[in-house]
Amino acid sequence: MYTQAMDTGPKEERKTVRSVEEAELERRFDARIDAGDFIEAKDWMPEHYRKTLLRQISQHAHSEIVGMLPEGNWITRAPTLKRKAILLAKVQDEGGHGLYLYAAAETLGTSRDQMIDALHSGKAKYSSIFNYPTLTWADIGTIGWLVDGAAIMNQVPICRCSYAPYARAMIRVCREESFHQRQGFDSLLVMMRDGTAAQKAMVQDAVNRWWWPSIMMFGPPDDQSPNSAQSMRWGIKRVSNDELRQKFIDATAEQAKVLGVTLPDPLLKWNPERGHYDFGPIDWPEFWRVVGGDGPCNRERLAKRVQAWDDGAWVREAALAHARKHRTEQEAA
Amino acid sequence: MTTTDAGNEWPLWEVFVRSRSGLDHKHCGSLHAADPQMAIQLARDVYTRRQEGVSVWVVRSDQIVASDPGDKGMYFDPMEDKVYRHPTFYKLPDEVDHM
Repeated sequence: MYTQAMDTGPKEERKTVRSVEEAELERRFDARIDAGDFIEAKDWMPEHYRKTLLRQISQHAHSEIVGMLPEGNWITRAPTLKRKAILLAKVQDEGGHGLYLYAAAETLGTSRDQMIDALHSGKAKYSSIFNYPTLTWADIGTIGWLVDGAAIMNQVPICRCSYAPYARAMIRVCREESFHQRQGFDSLLVMMRDGTAAQKAMVQDAVNRWWWPSIMMFGPPDDQSPNSAQSMRWGIKRVSNDELRQKFIDATAEQAKVLGVTLPDPLLKWNPERGHYDFGPIDWPEFWRVVGGDGPCNRERLAKRVQAWDDGAWVREAALAHARKHRTEQEAA
Repeated sequence: MTTTDAGNEWPLWEVFVRSRSGLDHKHCGSLHAADPQMAIQLARDVYTRRQEGVSVWVVRSDQIVASDPGDKGMYFDPMEDKVYRHPTFYKLPDEVDHM
C-alpha cells in the first residue's frame, strides 16, 4: 500500500543560477522527459528531481513498514486460521513492499541507515493513515477495502513514473496489492451477510472511522499542493490529488451499496451533471494535525519502530561479525 | 550500487530470478544481507512469495561492472545503420522467401 501525496520535507528553492553546462544538461533531461523516456539511476538528473524523488520514495517505504503495525496487531487475534493466514501474507507483503522501495530510494544515493535514521528521528514522514488505531476485527477488513483501495488508486499511476527504478518497484507492488483490497472486502462481506447484528454494527463503526482518513490519503487539494505542478512536469506524478480522490469516491460509493454499509458523509450524492459523486468538506486541520505528529497513535507507532530497530541491533552486528569471520577463514584456507 | 562493508550496514546484493525452467535469470531487484547464504534466503522471501521463480542468483552489487550511460551513443548507435545484419534486409523471390 500506501503512498501519500503530500509535500512534507524541507521546502527548497530551486536554484536559478546555473552554469551553461548544467543548463544544457537540464534541457536534454527535460527533452527526455517530454519524449516519455525513463530516467535510470546513473543518468544525469537535476538535483531537485533527485531530492523530490528521494523524499517521495523514502516516505512511501516508511509507510509500508509502519503500515505493518496496525494490522500486525491483529494476527494473533484473527477469528479463524484462514483469516490469520491471509493477514500474515498481507503483512509480509507490506514488509516486502517497503524493501522494494528502500532499494529504489538507495539508487538515488542515500543509504538505508540514513533513511531509517530520518524516520526514527521524526525528520521523515509516513502516511498519516497509520496513526489511527485498529480497535476491532472489522478494522482489518476495512483497512483492506478502503485504505488499500485508496493506495492502489494512488499507486497505479506511479507505475509510469519517469524514474525507472521507482516505476519498476511500483509495478511489482501493484501486482501484489489487488489481493489486499479484495480480501478486505471479502472479510467485511462475510460479516455483513452472515454476521450477527452486533457484527454488522461493528463493520459500520469501522467504516465510519476509516472513511475520512482514507480519502485524506490522496493528499491536500490541488490548489494547496505547491510542488505538484513540478512533479507533474517531471513525470513523477501523473494524476492530480483531487482527480484520484474523486475516482476513489465514485468507485467506493458503489461498493458500499453491495456491502450494505453507509458512508459517513451526509452530503455524498450522485451528481448526474458532473457524472461524479459530490461529497462533503474534508477536515484538513485534522489531516495536518496527524501529519504533524499529533494523531491518536503517532508516538506509539514510532516508538515501536525505534524499539524494533534497537532490539535488533545485536542481530545485525552478529550477522556481520559472522560473515567477516567466515570470509577471513576462507581467505586463510 | 555503491554499498560496501563500510559502516554497519549489511552489503547490497542484486537478485536475479529464473521464473521457469528453460528461461534466463532476470534481474528483479536488490536487498541487503550479511553473507551469501542470507542473501539467497532473503531473496526467496522478498522476491518469490508467489512462486515467481524456480532458481535465484545473488551477486554483490559492488561486483557488477556496468557500461557508462554517458557512452550510450558511442557504444550502441554504430549498430543502427547495419540493417544487413537482419534477415528482413534480404528480399528474395517468393518461392524461396521462407528460407
